[in-house]
Amino acid sequence: MQPGGRPGREAIEVKGWFGAHRYLILRRLSQLAILALFLAGPWFGLWIVKGNIASSLTLDTLPLSDPLVLLQMLATGHIPGSAALTGGLIVLVFYLVVGGRVYCSWVCPVNIVTDAADWLRRRLKIKGSANFSEKTRYWLLGAILLVAAVTGSIAWELVNPVSMVYRGLVFGMGLAWGVVAAVFLLDLFVGRRAWCGHLCPVGAFYGLLGEAAVLRVAAARHEQCDDCMDCFAVCPEHQVIRPALKGADKGLGPVILSGHCTNCGRCIDVCAQDVFAFTTRFSNNSRQAVPGVNHKSEVSS
Amino acid sequence: MHMADSEKAQKGMDPARRRFLTDTLRTAVGVGLVAVTLGVYQRQARALPASAIRPPGAADEQAFQAACIRCGLCVRDCPYDTLRLAELGDEVALGTPYFEARDIPCEMCDDIPCVKACPTGALDPALTQINDARMGLAVVVDEEACIAFQGLRCEVCFNVCPVRGKAISLDLQHNPRSGKHALFIPVVHSSDCTGCGKCEKACILDEAAIKVFPIALAKGMLGRHYRLGWEQKAEAGEALVTPDTPHQYNLPEGVHYEHGGRGLILGEGRPSPPPMPQRPMAPPRPPTPPGAPQPPAAPFSANPLDTLNRKGGL
Repeated sequence: MQPGGRPGREAIEVKGWFGAHRYLILRRLSQLAILALFLAGPWFGLWIVKGNIASSLTLDTLPLSDPLVLLQMLATGHIPGSAALTGGLIVLVFYLVVGGRVYCSWVCPVNIVTDAADWLRRRLKIKGSANFSEKTRYWLLGAILLVAAVTGSIAWELVNPVSMVYRGLVFGMGLAWGVVAAVFLLDLFVGRRAWCGHLCPVGAFYGLLGEAAVLRVAAARHEQCDDCMDCFAVCPEHQVIRPALKGADKGLGPVILSGHCTNCGRCIDVCAQDVFAFTTRFSNNSRQAVPGVNHKSEVSS
Repeated sequence: MHMADSEKAQKGMDPARRRFLTDTLRTAVGVGLVAVTLGVYQRQARALPASAIRPPGAADEQAFQAACIRCGLCVRDCPYDTLRLAELGDEVALGTPYFEARDIPCEMCDDIPCVKACPTGALDPALTQINDARMGLAVVVDEEACIAFQGLRCEVCFNVCPVRGKAISLDLQHNPRSGKHALFIPVVHSSDCTGCGKCEKACILDEAAIKVFPIALAKGMLGRHYRLGWEQKAEAGEALVTPDTPHQYNLPEGVHYEHGGRGLILGEGRPSPPPMPQRPMAPPRPPTPPGAPQPPAAPFSANPLDTLNRKGGL
């Protein structure tokens, strides 16, 4: 990282401000556009999308449902109706293609909150971080399914900040701003990326989908890396970078294969050396076959 | 030997393994606490407040909270803005749809758009006739405040009821205050009340005297083993239990009492005993044999009250 703790400075010099914030801007536009689609109805009477992120109906024909809520529903013993099942399947297939945690970085409104907390954390140079495992989210994912099965109710949706915020924005927040503030303060003071990167069982679920997803970020030109560490500083799941960026010696390919990668593209933005690029999981094969040899032309397109 | 082995194993435990085990345990216990808290909170969230009415076709609270995805499509398709989703801080389980009848009651649309909109079946798609909906049950909660009980003509709840004349009927009762007027008492019948809440909305009082409650709060139920004699008799054609034996009154000679008939009878021969269709427990007393001396004329006043008030009598 450059002195002063502002990752991406060099990238701004090389690529310009927009070039160094391309995916960040696209993500914010995506998050806000999806929210705007939901709000156009209640605010302006423009009913393109009805419902909220848990389940929706687009143009009175296309059903979309959150597969995790449906999974909890199944755990309670209730078999959802065909509209919800169809909608859940469409969403499932979509995220299996584009990457599970694309939900987190391109759709989820809480991401804006936690990104803001992380940005402020860097600016205020808050170093301390609570020591809990990033695998806690899988335990929580198991726990919410277990609670659903034991209580016979979708208990997690009583407290889920993700659906709470989305539903709140579309249907009325109530005290949900308090939960937004809690998540913000958690990420700011308690632990770096504590919510999205360690606790959120919704992210854990989509991360599991992401293990098999097609669309990937790759350290395509990793030999150009000058170890500035900017990508580590901005990456919400920075443990996923190292194997792809530095794993060539161990025979690892340049494609980030971890399901935790949110495909946010921020590493692509902040890298002045243009190391990273979007690609597919299939671009990793040739690299594994010939470890230690550069094949940058194959994955750079 | 065993002791030594295990001590050695403990001392020699791989630090990485030890750390892994303690970390795992720490996470498991922490998440376990969260899960228990969530479960307890969920139990409390199952308590639906009395003023919150679920949309048509919703099952009981637990089943509904298992099936509702909290998407609000029912809210969107309600043409009257009746439904809303519970916000954080409301007493209703977060994100689930409900309405409060005193604010906006259910207008009981024929095509039931809220049920059609539900993607998960939390609002039962088998509900196709809105009159079959049982969202709640209206209850006349305050007879002191309801002006019909004061003898005033109101009948607003009766008149706005969409299942008019069936769900709420008017029971005409004597008005003891004026002595000559009738009370038009509203009576709710659970056989037909859908719980739409239009009566509560329309009640003219500052605080409604008729309110709609969730069925679980409003409806009583007779013990399952209980049988009502007259219904059983109507079904079977005869009583299922042995009829009571006619009561034997211990009265002076020449005086008889006919229960449910003429009452006290003086100076007549003994009336024939009431007809006994089956199995009388005690044989009737034989009639006075002919030729026996007739009982003397009544030895007391013709007024039966004199007999009853007689000192030492009764």
